[in-house]
Amino acid sequence: MEKRVVITGLGVVSPVGIGKDSFWDALLAGKNGIGPITHFDASEYAARIAGEVKDFDISSFGIDRKEARHMDVSTQYAVAAAKLALDDSKINLDEEDRDRIGTVVGTGIGGMETLHNLYKGLFEKGPSRVNPFVVPKMIGNMASGQVSIVFGLKGHCASVVTACATGTNSIGDACRMIQRGELDAAVAGGTEAAVSPGAVAGFAAMKALSTRNDDPAHASRPFDKDRDGFVMGEGAGIVVLEELEHAKKRGAHIYCEVAGYGSNADAYHITAPAPEGIQQAKCMKLAIDDAGLKPEDVDYVNAHGTSTHLNDLNESKAVARVFGDHAKELLVSSTKSMTGHLLGAAGAVEAIACAMTIETGKVHPTINLEEPEDELKEIGLNYVPGQAVAADVKVAISNSFGFGGHNATLLFKKYEA
Amino acid sequence: MSEEATFEKVKSIVVEQLGVDEKEVKMDAAYIDDLGADSLDIVELIMAFEEEFNIEIPDDVAEKIKTVKDTVEYIEKEKKA
Repeated sequence: MEKRVVITGLGVVSPVGIGKDSFWDALLAGKNGIGPITHFDASEYAARIAGEVKDFDISSFGIDRKEARHMDVSTQYAVAAAKLALDDSKINLDEEDRDRIGTVVGTGIGGMETLHNLYKGLFEKGPSRVNPFVVPKMIGNMASGQVSIVFGLKGHCASVVTACATGTNSIGDACRMIQRGELDAAVAGGTEAAVSPGAVAGFAAMKALSTRNDDPAHASRPFDKDRDGFVMGEGAGIVVLEELEHAKKRGAHIYCEVAGYGSNADAYHITAPAPEGIQQAKCMKLAIDDAGLKPEDVDYVNAHGTSTHLNDLNESKAVARVFGDHAKELLVSSTKSMTGHLLGAAGAVEAIACAMTIETGKVHPTINLEEPEDELKEIGLNYVPGQAVAADVKVAISNSFGFGGHNATLLFKKYEA
Repeated sequence: MSEEATFEKVKSIVVEQLGVDEKEVKMDAAYIDDLGADSLDIVELIMAFEEEFNIEIPDDVAEKIKTVKDTVEYIEKEKKA
């Protein structure tokens, strides 16, 4: 029989807080994490706002100066979030079979700051001045590599790359390995640090970013009629996944069960979602079927909810398609309204929001939603505007959709023996 | 620049790049055996010395630089050349 997988540790580095408690308190309070870009001089850029991580110091996570110099910022966020998650799980790695603990941490873009500095140096000083650490800092699998090295995790170690679905696919794929009995536990999630000139210019060139530069606090406004694009965010989300009996045996705190996972493709366009959300709807259904549940069993949808016109409309149509009459009973909210879009980390950070929803019986709001656009009003979903609500959520799903047409959905269920 | 000044500059680069305490960076300290460097660290150190002292350290020389002393002596020799 397929083994059951539970979440026993949460670690988050985000624009609204570091650590699960400050993150969750901020989300329930509807705190905005968006402000003017400070990581570089963005004055010439069309989009000059982002959700940046504040007050981050990798040395406070047990990483010395030399190790830190050999990590891109995206890897530093992942290592910090992994430490928070492992500490939260109270797992004693010295008592575990390290060969049976895996690492699946992805990034949508990779070591963007390292890449930027590589080419800056290459063009200014020539090829003989390229630093020997640029390749191991930049490559997109190094978040997984470094997490496994720092914590001594010797099982399956790989990185999933599915753009903005990376965090969700990483957790889903790690769950599959535990279900198959190949691992006892896994450290899984996503990371991103792309508030960097090339990425900001590139996303802006696609007209994907909000240019509400004079009002950053209200720029990320999923589902609102005045939304004008997403806001870049950064950070990392990591969960400790464990086989149920393994978690019970060591008396671990269980946040929830990861009971379902769906993953498919639009096979349609490199960036635009397929019209009417047909594949996205199928993806949600895959996750619900995987858990052996019915659409009516779902209480809460943590939406991909990017604040772009196309995403929010198609996703809402997809939700309506899957849930039918039950759609109006659902609570649907967007974490990105507060954090901005953490790209490859988004799904993992939002998985943590789902775990905390089930843990605390509270659903965080979608902020900045003053009036949904007309087409969304017709669909009539409850986007939990403005204020958090109390709700005994037993089943939550989280959607992530990535450039390339990647769709991924995780289903989280309150743990019952 | 005196040999002493060269040593102090080398020491500060080594401290910065290898993350070691400056007390450990003695003249006879070996980068790999005493200061925990790996092969990539060595490449990075050599590049930093080249930049700081505005010299070229050819690969065949770099391979022979094992200690802080080797480094300081080579830099001093190059300065006089």
